[in-house]
Amino acid sequence: MKKVLTTVLAGAFTAVSSFAVAESHGDFKPAVIYDMGGKFDKSFNEGVYAGIKKFQDETGVEVMEFEVTNEAQRQQAMEKMVQRGATIVLGVGFAQADAISAVAAANPDVNFSIIDVSWLDHPNLRQYAFKEQEGSYLVGVAAAMASDTGTVGFVGGMDIPLIRAFACGYEQGVKATKEDAKVLQNMTGTTPAAWNDPTKGSELTQAQIDRGADVIFQAAGGTGVGVIQAAADAGKLAIGVDSNQNYMAPGNVLTSMLKRVDVAAYETMKDAMSGEFETGVRLLGVAEGGVGWALDEYNADLITPEMKSAIDQAAARITSGEIEVHDYRSDNSCKM
Amino acid sequence: MADFLYQLLLSLDATLRIATPLMLCAMAGIFSERSGIVDISLEGKLLSGAFVAATIAALTGSAWLGLGCAMLAGIFMSLIHGFACITHRGDQVVSGVAINILASGLTIVLGIALFKRGGQTPSLPREDRFTPIEWWGVDMMDSVPVLGTIYRQLISGHNMLVYVALLAVPLTALILYRSRFGLRLRAVGEVPEAVDSAGISVTWLRYRALIVGGALCGIAGAYLSIAQGGNFVREMSAGKGYIALAAVIFGNWKPLSAFMACLMFGFLEAATTRLEGVALPLIGEVPTQLMLAMPYVLTVLLLAGFIGKPRPPAAIGRPYHK
Repeated sequence: MKKVLTTVLAGAFTAVSSFAVAESHGDFKPAVIYDMGGKFDKSFNEGVYAGIKKFQDETGVEVMEFEVTNEAQRQQAMEKMVQRGATIVLGVGFAQADAISAVAAANPDVNFSIIDVSWLDHPNLRQYAFKEQEGSYLVGVAAAMASDTGTVGFVGGMDIPLIRAFACGYEQGVKATKEDAKVLQNMTGTTPAAWNDPTKGSELTQAQIDRGADVIFQAAGGTGVGVIQAAADAGKLAIGVDSNQNYMAPGNVLTSMLKRVDVAAYETMKDAMSGEFETGVRLLGVAEGGVGWALDEYNADLITPEMKSAIDQAAARITSGEIEVHDYRSDNSCKM
Repeated sequence: MADFLYQLLLSLDATLRIATPLMLCAMAGIFSERSGIVDISLEGKLLSGAFVAATIAALTGSAWLGLGCAMLAGIFMSLIHGFACITHRGDQVVSGVAINILASGLTIVLGIALFKRGGQTPSLPREDRFTPIEWWGVDMMDSVPVLGTIYRQLISGHNMLVYVALLAVPLTALILYRSRFGLRLRAVGEVPEAVDSAGISVTWLRYRALIVGGALCGIAGAYLSIAQGGNFVREMSAGKGYIALAAVIFGNWKPLSAFMACLMFGFLEAATTRLEGVALPLIGEVPTQLMLAMPYVLTVLLLAGFIGKPRPPAAIGRPYHK
């Protein structure tokens, strides 16, 4: 009996170890640290997950992952991944900037990549930043054309320059399409709790609707769920953000401003695997396919042919450089 | 001017919507605190109520079942609190904080396990939620100037749970001051020894107070996730339980005063959401940060000078030893 057991155990052990060998491609060991909100947040983190999943499905390489649930875990999680032999660590979101900066400096032989950050400087770090203002400009064009009242709204999450950049690009798109249109703006709060307050989001939306807004764009994480809900309840239109949120209230979501974090995640892994990992800042805008707008079966009826051609035209003119969308972050103001 | 008055009316309407969960939680707090149990766990009960309501409504498609289970969830959390600090005479604040942390973590873990959406539950279709009720004769009243608008905006057109919350306040006052249970409840929060020597169980009385409070918090939670909102989002209670507790203290542990405090907090928030980016006469545009800080600034000012000396129940926070 004992002998049988030993054989079985030995067999199992061999199976496990051979499996492990098959899974690892040489010394390549990727890792990703999702931020608060979690892997399935139907938004930012899930976009990254989509890119990672595509990479895993294509290559069969296992990507180690961790979901951060409080601020103190970010750096710990990264250090842990390095200890476990990760050769590339992908951080998600500007909130991980400080952590990745510290860990990247301490581990010069490991590669790092981070999304939504552009201001760090390490020889082993690649940074992805998006021209959110350009994508917001496009949905601003759509909002201005879909609005009957001439007043549109914007609800932001936490009041930070990134979210101001969304608002500013949106306003530019609206004003370029309809000069006399009014853009109402609200920020949910000044602390990270502002990302998860759907009741406040729905109140802000209601307040904007009371003041005449009939299309409301949100860049507010979980708070945005309340925005879409309130707009749908009042029979108005909302605009989704980051991932395609058109399905959340079919018929009441005009479109979604897409931020292709999946492209960034996929590209990071692919480059690191092939050994062509270049560091530095990568800026993704409309021209690079990094930002855009969503058209699918849920909003096909809401987007008129004129709207579509106007948005496509605006996109083409941004790509060609004919339109330059002002970035709030460049001078902390929204000049028109 | 007419536009300003109309906006004011809409702010009052919003006040009611915002104050609803506060009112329910404040009444829950009054029941519990008047019986002598510090109830810092309002937040956690509210959050678990919201989660259970959204989950059950999403799984079964019934808002009523969601509401019922949310009340059970609130009661369950209350019973844990009671088990720790009534039966085992633990510290009430510690137990309350533990419940808040438990609710915060458990809702996310269960939410991810059930729906795989980062702690969110699926959005409910309109028919599975408590939707606004249009009162009788709204269209007829429209022809009456001023009153018609007030009737349509302020009185009619809320969901059922708003009216439940408005009813909960006089009911709480009635139970507290006009019933035998209320008399004993107040006594047990002041001099539990007297209640005990009259042959009434202090333990059972306090448990009952917590059960009522738990059910009220459950209703408040259901309001957040299946009436005003359409799904659960992690940490969606966003400190409302604590604000309700502040309202209880503002109101000196009296239902009607606490109700007024809830309305004040509600109005402040409604005003901040509406005044952001609007240029006021004489003052001009008020910065967002100042508007957001207003409720807290006012709380400090009111507590410092205008409320008077609060008089909490004498036996509050003290476990009862025979």
